[in-house]
Amino acid sequence: MKEEIKLMKGNEAIAHAAIRYGADGYFGYPITPQSEVMETLMEEKPWETTGMVVLQAESEVAAINMVYGGASCGKAVMTSSSSPGVSLKQEGISYLAGAELPCLIVNVMRGGPGLGTIQPSQADYFQATKGGGHGDYHLITLAPASVQEMVDFVALGFDLAFKYRNPAIILADGIIGQMMEKVVLPPFRKRRTEEEIRAQNPWAALGKPKDRKRNVITSLELDPAIMEQNNIRFQATYKRISENEIRYEEINCENADYLIVAFGSMARICQKTIELAAEEGIKVGVLRPITLWPFPSEAIARQTSHVKGILSAELNAGQMVEDVRLAVNGKVRVEHFGRLGGIVPTPDEVLAALKEKLM
Amino acid sequence: MAKIKGAVVVNKERCKGCELCVVACPSKVLALQPAEVNDRGYHYAFMQNPDACIGCASCGLVCPDGCITVYKVKL
Amino acid sequence: MYMDINDIIKPENLVYTKPRLMNDNPMHYCPGCSHGVVHKLIAEVIDEMGIEEETIGIAPVGCAVFAYNYIDIDWIEAAHGRAPAIATAVKRLNPKKMVFTYQGDGDLAAIGTAETIHACNRGENIVIIFINNGIYGMTGGQMAPTTLEGMKTSTCPYGRNVALNGYPLRIAELVERVDGTCYVTRQSVHTPASIRKAKKAIRHAFENAMAGKGTSMIEIVSTCNSGWKMTPVKANQWMEENMFAKYPMGDLKNV
Repeated sequence: MKEEIKLMKGNEAIAHAAIRYGADGYFGYPITPQSEVMETLMEEKPWETTGMVVLQAESEVAAINMVYGGASCGKAVMTSSSSPGVSLKQEGISYLAGAELPCLIVNVMRGGPGLGTIQPSQADYFQATKGGGHGDYHLITLAPASVQEMVDFVALGFDLAFKYRNPAIILADGIIGQMMEKVVLPPFRKRRTEEEIRAQNPWAALGKPKDRKRNVITSLELDPAIMEQNNIRFQATYKRISENEIRYEEINCENADYLIVAFGSMARICQKTIELAAEEGIKVGVLRPITLWPFPSEAIARQTSHVKGILSAELNAGQMVEDVRLAVNGKVRVEHFGRLGGIVPTPDEVLAALKEKLM
Repeated sequence: MAKIKGAVVVNKERCKGCELCVVACPSKVLALQPAEVNDRGYHYAFMQNPDACIGCASCGLVCPDGCITVYKVKL
Repeated sequence: MYMDINDIIKPENLVYTKPRLMNDNPMHYCPGCSHGVVHKLIAEVIDEMGIEEETIGIAPVGCAVFAYNYIDIDWIEAAHGRAPAIATAVKRLNPKKMVFTYQGDGDLAAIGTAETIHACNRGENIVIIFINNGIYGMTGGQMAPTTLEGMKTSTCPYGRNVALNGYPLRIAELVERVDGTCYVTRQSVHTPASIRKAKKAIRHAFENAMAGKGTSMIEIVSTCNSGWKMTPVKANQWMEENMFAKYPMGDLKNV
């Protein structure tokens, strides 16, 4: 079959990918810089083609709880928002994690805190990778660096979420959401039938047949002895995810004297920094975590055998750098460079920071 | 006119002795055990005056815990 | 004529028993709590309509959080106040299923007001069962939006003062005005007659949902005898004398 190649925004790509994946539902609330996700879905009217439900909720809180409802039925459901809206969703995300429900959340990050700005940021790294709401839990966190990855990670996110019965989040930023690139769209997949969903997710609350006990979707357990066992089960899931699902990209890392660790749009900027550094005779590599949780700690630690220093370049005041330092465990110097509040640095600024902080 | 006779069976372990059935009964059939309690410490309901029961099921309807089963025959 | 009681207690003479779909788990509710009666009515309606395999209940946060332990259908336990949003998605994704929420006055009338009004306004084909006993039961008897003026709770120990706490919120009147609702009624379950009426209302609401007529809300004015610090019998009397004036019985809308 001929590849279907289109030019589109990252936000639009999310919408097209969701329809093509065979997602059952999208529930959202407008917020810049990601409103094109729902706008594209409404324009595409997938309820007339694949049967996908698309609904504009009254708030981000309602939207994430609609996701909770859909996920409770074993359906492939998703929401998208940007930083302030994702803060509102944290209650629901914690409940989703506590009830072991698969779903996909997209955060097209903007600068904060508070209402902040509508410009790109990566300041929700802690929120996405450390849980975000209350309780001990993790989200499978995918960081796209291109519009193509916005497409690809919709399927990957849903697949991982269902594989592990755990919410997945695409942690993009305003650049990836708004920029236009060429993308290869995947073929349309049929939505699963109710029978297929029941077979795949015997836990789903889809109505109780006479031959099984009632299914109850809940995160509540008043007996602390059982609640501890539940938490131990969650931790075992997180361990399995950590053992099997770490993804990262190494660019020019062999023979590099200095390493930049950067994700998302920042990793794109740092690829240019590699070239600028090479012109000055400085050998720089970039390690791009694709999964921010689970974090590619071992891959970063391996770099310490040959690099003299590591720069964690982020669109924030220093968040991922903490995980890089934990991975490196003092073996080489680790410094942070970041711009804040929606400012995006140039490749030269990154190189200047690398030289200043590490050389 | 046919006479109606009823009987009430209380699931005494499920009963919480709330007394709503006692009040709802139009024939003053039911009472709470004055001294005896069930395993959970409740003075459970019982038929103190079984001959008066007309099997109207008012007690069953108002029972929040579903402890009451009602039977009725026409004589 | 003498008749031995054992001659009466026979399966063919059965006139009333615990609903088939209500299981044997002992309910955690306080003695005399209205929740149990409403649970029974829902279980009976689901059974009589023959929709147990198609029904999904959404449990709230509050005393009824454990509703899922007592009625043998599939359940989803919601975050506080969010049940109508959850029900919205469940119904939209499964349009042939029967979806209902079961919520108290803290859950529905305080923290979940937005979700309630918007689900009603979208005319979601769901049923909202709203238990209004004027108090937060589960957390120990705090003031609810529906607490009556002058009524004492642990967070208004001198009685609800409207200057401080505002007025009792009449939810049924509020959602009656919303175009998406097809049936809004206020019922109680304190006498055999009122229980029969409440059951008819629940049945009507469930039929509306299955027929795709829009949102039905059944407000059930209830007691919380523990929170009110009364016996169950006294609580029923107090409800009639005090709650019914502010929350009058009957249909507000039935289209």
